This record gives sequence, structure tokens and C-alpha cells, in this order.
Amino acid sequence: MQSKKQIITFAALAVVLAILPWAITGGFENGKSWLRAVDFALLYIMLALGLNIVVGFAGLLDLGYIAFYAVGAYSFALLNSPHLAAVLPAWLMHPPLLVMLLIAACVAGVFGVLLGTPTLKLRGDYLAIVTLGFGEIIRIFLNNLDRPVNITNGPQGINNISKVNIAGYDLGRPIEWFGLKFDTVHLYYYLILAFCCLIIFVTLRLQRSRIGRAWVAIREDEIAANAMGINTRNVKLLAFAMGASFGGVSGALFASFQGFVSPESFVLMESIMVLCMVVLGGMGHIPGVILGAILVSITPEVLRDVINPLQSAVFGERLFDPENLRMLIFGLAMIIIMLLRPEGLWPSKRRAREFHEHEEEAKA
Amino acid sequence: MDIFLQQLINGLVVGSIYALIALGYTMVYGIMQLINFAHGEIVMIGAMVTITCINLLIGAGVNLPGPLLLLAGLLMAIPVSMLLGYTIERVAYRPLRRAPRLAPLITAIGVSIVLQQAAMLIWGRNYRPFPQILPTTVHDFFGAAITDLQIAIVILSLVLMGGLFWLIERTKLGRAMRATAQNPDVAGLMGVNINTVISMTFIIGSSLGAVAGVMVAANYDQAHAYMGFMIGLKAFTAAVLGGIGNIGGAVVGGLLLGIIESLGSGYLGDLTGGFLGSHYKDIFAFVVLIGVLVFRPSGLLGERVAERA
Amino acid sequence: MSTPLLKIEGIHKRFGGLHALNDVALSINAGEIYGLIGPNGAGKTTLFNVLTGLYQPDEGSFTFNGKDLFRQKPYVVVESGIARTFQNIRLFANMTALENVMVGQHVRTSASVFGAVFRGPKAKAEEAAIAARAQELLDYVGIGKRKDELARNLSYGDQRRLEIARALATSPTLLALDEPAAGMNPKETDQLKALMEKIRADGVTILLIEHDVKLMMGLCDRIAVLDYGKKIAEGIPEQVKNDPRVIEAYLGVAPE
Repeated sequence: MQSKKQIITFAALAVVLAILPWAITGGFENGKSWLRAVDFALLYIMLALGLNIVVGFAGLLDLGYIAFYAVGAYSFALLNSPHLAAVLPAWLMHPPLLVMLLIAACVAGVFGVLLGTPTLKLRGDYLAIVTLGFGEIIRIFLNNLDRPVNITNGPQGINNISKVNIAGYDLGRPIEWFGLKFDTVHLYYYLILAFCCLIIFVTLRLQRSRIGRAWVAIREDEIAANAMGINTRNVKLLAFAMGASFGGVSGALFASFQGFVSPESFVLMESIMVLCMVVLGGMGHIPGVILGAILVSITPEVLRDVINPLQSAVFGERLFDPENLRMLIFGLAMIIIMLLRPEGLWPSKRRAREFHEHEEEAKA
Repeated sequence: MDIFLQQLINGLVVGSIYALIALGYTMVYGIMQLINFAHGEIVMIGAMVTITCINLLIGAGVNLPGPLLLLAGLLMAIPVSMLLGYTIERVAYRPLRRAPRLAPLITAIGVSIVLQQAAMLIWGRNYRPFPQILPTTVHDFFGAAITDLQIAIVILSLVLMGGLFWLIERTKLGRAMRATAQNPDVAGLMGVNINTVISMTFIIGSSLGAVAGVMVAANYDQAHAYMGFMIGLKAFTAAVLGGIGNIGGAVVGGLLLGIIESLGSGYLGDLTGGFLGSHYKDIFAFVVLIGVLVFRPSGLLGERVAERA
Repeated sequence: MSTPLLKIEGIHKRFGGLHALNDVALSINAGEIYGLIGPNGAGKTTLFNVLTGLYQPDEGSFTFNGKDLFRQKPYVVVESGIARTFQNIRLFANMTALENVMVGQHVRTSASVFGAVFRGPKAKAEEAAIAARAQELLDYVGIGKRKDELARNLSYGDQRRLEIARALATSPTLLALDEPAAGMNPKETDQLKALMEKIRADGVTILLIEHDVKLMMGLCDRIAVLDYGKKIAEGIPEQVKNDPRVIEAYLGVAPE
């Protein structure tokens, strides 16, 4: 089925992805922090793909998506740190990676259904604001559940989360293989990449399936979907659950990579950023969403390094706080991209066509 | 009893501020079905400009009574906010009027980020104290305390809301706004200049937002570049609570949210036997919202839109 | 007489003060083409929505194929064998014609998330069968060559046909068509008539709302007339045409 060209492209991509961390750490002065940024970009790709199922496929605007990332991260943190070790049964602590990720996915999925159940009747922006509220509720609870019983350790968050352990290898320590020294950032790069690929695969498969078509049908016309015998309630809940479970897996990997979690990582702005990745990239189009995730997560990092030399070059001195300036430029970029390409940077051919027809209608 | 009354008064004050901001959200939403995410930032800019202006006047040795200084600050902040609101609509929303629905939402978020960061660059990242220029007389009201400022906030809010109702119900512009909200295409055919109407909607909403921003800053004695976010969120919640797009709904939603929040945080500890304390205050807004929407999916005063098959 | 395929009795539906359906009863026999006519606002589409589960009736009874469908969810109704089209075409505009019909088979297929992800032999076979069946149905209604067009880009007549194909994809026993000939020219209407007869010949019972009286008289076995939410007449076309109450409902005056 696959053409030769596709296979070659695929192989080339695999090689590039395999050597990318070495090119980064070898080629740049502060390569490790760059590689860290790439690791985060991979986590964001998972998040964006998860949200894309809800927003892009099923057409349900979710502004509280980061809550599921939080749920995954805290699930991992609680089971893999000393914080609750004294209270929880020992057999539950430090589960193997795959079991842990399955737990994270399931817990997040359950939260997805919890959010979905009362809100399914709501349409459009009402749903948006309720999901936003849900996200905030989760965050506020994480922030305050340190008393009367200390579960989340409040604003301080949970520290000393152990690194992943695979087949006896502790990813927290450098490993020597074939004369190459794999640091934690390298190891996590491959780990996260593997799960990222898995999620891309799952998304692709889902898109071209009975379930994926049902999602899109609901997005296109919920009443018609209903009349075609789609159980819209269950199919929407499934979208919430699937999207949430992707978030949960990503969150668990985040917790272990970062080594600590706190409510600060799960503010509304994060939800909004993930939504921006989906929309800027090209809603519903998997390659577009991946591109969006990479751009939105990497651009601020690039700006971080570029902004001060740029300021000095333009004004001869550092006039502005670089942190604010880079976010300002980032915000401007978002506006400009949307104005120039409202359908996203890399939409599906179909969607691009649809949009340009609108444009022509508007002109006529 | 006096604690109850005190919380009720506090809630009413905060609620009238929410209502003023919610009006800005709901007007824009009613006309363009757009969540104007940047509205909270307009509120913040209104507060910041007023504080700066008052400080400049004081610094220049102008010796005026506090309320007049405040008025001078407001007279500066309102035009700035109006201009900002107008510009945002022209630049970030108008070109996208026929674009996919989420595109303007993203530019709105972009504008919000830009304004926040610009405010940080201009005013720094610290809290700006509100100048101590207002009398701090405290009146006793059946055992509860209420300040001149709080009285002024409630009265001014009511006056502004009344003015807005009058504008929408009685003037030509108001009629054009209602017509555009019903159906922009038909309104256009009937000779309504949609672009003007939309611009005016942003200008009016922004000026209300600026006044609300000053109220927030005066009430909490401070302002901050990030303040617009949470207050905007609450106000938007209030608008949805009342039924988004519905002017009366924004007022009801705002007042109700303020009161529920205030009473809730006051009594939450007692109600849950100390399990949940007042630090869960912010949850109230959202729990109430979800509760209302589950039972009335279009808000308290929103029309029930019967989906036609 | 054998039991009817579909039987409703005493159906009431109110919207606020509006009594949209008032004590409506009708029964449709297997294999017939049953017409529903009436002036605008008579409650035809409301009745349609009740019969397809989109509206919940306030009172009455509703059995289909021996199954009680009173106040059932749309997906249960579809599963039981009633499919419909819409008066104001409701296709999945940004899906292709083929995909639209594939969605129609949702209720007759079962692949879950696991099936979709692992795509085992069973899921693969089902997916292939869905695509094949969809193509077959597109050919059946005569738009097989347009399978890759987006639904929104099809001509009006083709959109109507696609809607019928999509409804047929649910493998219905009863096909309910809401003004399928609206906006069609005489030639297209004739083709549509032939299509409906073909569908009936293949064993599907048809419930039809239509304004085109000539088409209805030539096509339907029986016709019911609604006016102000009440059934005012029912019978073979010839009877209904001459019923004074029908003439009054349409013309506003009783014939002399």
C-alpha cells in the first residue's frame, strides 16, 4: 500500500529524530537546556493531539484541558515520591512504567468523563466556560488540599519524584552505551518520543475509523448525527475520555521528567497555550497540530536566547525586561499568524479549501 | 446577623463591579458571538492609567480634593480604554469576522498576552498601590461597616447600568445594536452600519471596563498587570451565569456572583466543619456556574434556544 | 389485516402554548408508501421529529415493528429501523459523500476504540465492508462517481440523493423523507420518484412529506392530512383529494 517514497521519507525522519538530541547537545553551547525544551515540546505534542480529539475532531471547545495533564502528573507524583509513601500501601508505590502510565491515563480519562457528563448538553461557548471553570477548580483543589489532610502538599507541590526505571536502568543517571553518554535529558527524549509516536499512531488510527467519523459527524451537525443513530452522548464522552487520557500520559511523563510538580504548572494560561497550538497549527489536521505544538512551545525558548542580543543590537542597550518582551513578541506573532492564516498554518487540504471558499463568498 | 449583612454588602460591592465588566463581555458576545478575552486587560489598563495619572498630578503639586483627582484620572483612563477597545476590534477581530470561529478567539488571547506584557513593561511587575486620596470614613449600617467608597461604587455602577439600559432601549444607536445582535446581515440591509455599531459596542464596553478597573483598584487599594485576568474571568462567568448576550443577565449574574462568592467564602468553613476554608473562594464562581448551566443550559435569563430540526 | 409496521396513537406535543400535535394517530403498513400532507405549519415536521426520536411527545403511544418506541432516544429509534432525511438538508458538509454514507452505517457496525487502534482482522474487514457498502449505496442513488466530493460542493439534487443514501445506510425498515423534492426541477422530481419506487421495491417502507400534490397522488398508497396539529383525513389518494375538509384546509373555504 505505502509507496516507496513514503517509506524513504519515514526512514529519513526516523534517522533525524534519532540523532537530533546529539546534534543539539553537540552543536550548541547550552545544548542541554535546548534538548530540555525539545523534550517539553514532545510533551506538548501529546497534549495538543489529545486536545485535538476534543476540539478538532468532535468540535467541543475545551478551555480547561490542562486539568488532565495535572491529574496525570499528580497521579505519577503521588505514587512515585516519598510524599505519601508512609500512607499508601507499599504494593501501590513505584509501579512499573507501563502500569503507571495506564493508571495515569485511566485516572485522567475518568476525570474527562466526570467533566463531560454534566456538560454534554451545553453548546459552544457555554461548554468553553464550564470546562475553563473545571480546570480552575482542579487547580484550586491542588493548591489547597494540603489541609486538613495533606494530599497535594498545596502550593509547594510535590518534590523528589523518582525518575522512570526501565528494565533495571534508572533514567535519572547517565548511562554509557556504545561509547555514548546518555544523560537524563537524552534518555527522556527517547522515552517521551516513543510515547509521542504511540499517541500519533493512535490518533491517526482513530481518525480513520468508525469512531473518528462519528466525532467529525457530531462536529459537523449534531442533530443529523443523532438522526443517523449515533449515540452522541457516549461518543462525546469518549472524545473527552480519550483526549483526557492523552493528557494524563503526558502529565505523568512530565512529572517524572521534571522531578517535581506544583499547581503553578497547570494554570489556565497553559490550557490556552495548548488550544493555541491546535488552532495555530491547523485544527483537526494531525501534522498541523504537531507543527503548532512545536512552534508554540519552542518559540518562546528561542526568543529567550535571541531577545537580549537583539535588544542590544537595536537599542545599543537592554531597555526592556527580556521576559516580558519575549512574551509580547509571542502574543503579537499569534495575532499576526491568525490574521494571515485563519485556518491555521498547516490545515488539511480540505479545510483550507473550505476557508477560501468562504473568502470568495465574502468577496462576491 | 451583622456578619451576614457585612458579607452581603461586600458581595454587593464586588458584584456591581463584576456586573459592569460583564456588560462589556455580554455586549460584544451578543453582537458578534465572540468571547473578547482582552476585555479583562482593558479593565487592568483603566486602573493603571488612572493610578499613574493621579500620581502625576500629585507629583506636579496639584492640590485637589481626592475625589476630583480620581475624576481627573478617570477622564484620562476612559478615552485610553475606548481607543484601545476600538483598536483591538479593528486590528484583531474585524478582519476575521468571516473566519472559522476559533480564529478570533486566538487573536483575542494574543491581544490579551500583548496587553499584559506591555503593561508589565510600562508599569513593572510589582503591585501598584492605589494612592491614599479617598476619605476612609466608615459608616455603621445596622451593625455592618460600609465605607464611602463602597457606597460610591454601588451608586456609580447603578447609574452606569441605568445609562446603558437607556442607551440600548431608547436611542437610535441602541436600536441599531439590538438589530445587529438579532441578525447582522438583515440589519445591514436595513441601513444599519454594522461596522460603526460594532465599534461603538467595543467603545462603550471598554469605557465601562475602565471605570470598573478603577473601582477594583480603589476597593483593593492596588493594581497589577495580571489583575485583569482573574477579574475578567469572573466577570465573564457572571455574564454566562446570567445568560450571555443578555444585558439584564449580565447585571443579575454579576450581582449574584459577587454575593454568592462573598457569602460562600464567609460561611464555607462553618458549613463544611472547617474542611474547606475561605481559600476556596474562587471555586465558588465556577461551581455555581456549572450548577446553573447544568439545569439551565442558557443561563438564568438567557433565552432557551429550541434547536430546530 | 396484519399488524401495521408503525402505529402511533393519541400523540400530543406542545411547545409552550402551541399545541403542535393534537391527538394524532396513524398506522403505516409494511411495504407501502405513506404520504403526509398539510398546509405549512400543520405539524408535519413536528410529527416527523417525534417519529424519529428528536422530539419527545407529551402523551400517546408509539410502537414500531412490535417494539415500544415511545420517548426513546434517536439512536434507539434508528437501531429499530427508522431512518430519515431533513427538510433543510443536514449533511455533514465537510465530509466527502462517501464518508457521509459511512457515518450512516455507524449504528449497524461495532468497531470500538480498540478495534480502531489495533485494526485486527475483524476491524479491518468491517472497515472494508463499510466502505464497500457506502460505495454501493452511492451507486444505488446514482451519485457513485461523486464519492470524493465534499458534501457541501454537491449540487442541490445530489445533496438530496446523498441524504437518502446516508439514511439507507442505517439499513432501515422505514425510510422517512421530509420534502425530498423541494426545489427540484420536473426532471429531477421524476428521477426521485423512480428512486423511491425502487427503494420500496427493495422492501423498504416509505413515509413521505411532500408539497408536490401531483407527485404524492401518483406515488402514495395512502395519504394522511394534517391541519393545525390534527389529522383531518386519511385514505387512498383519490378519497383524500375529494375530502371537503381537506379542500377547506387548503383553500380556506368549504366547497359549495
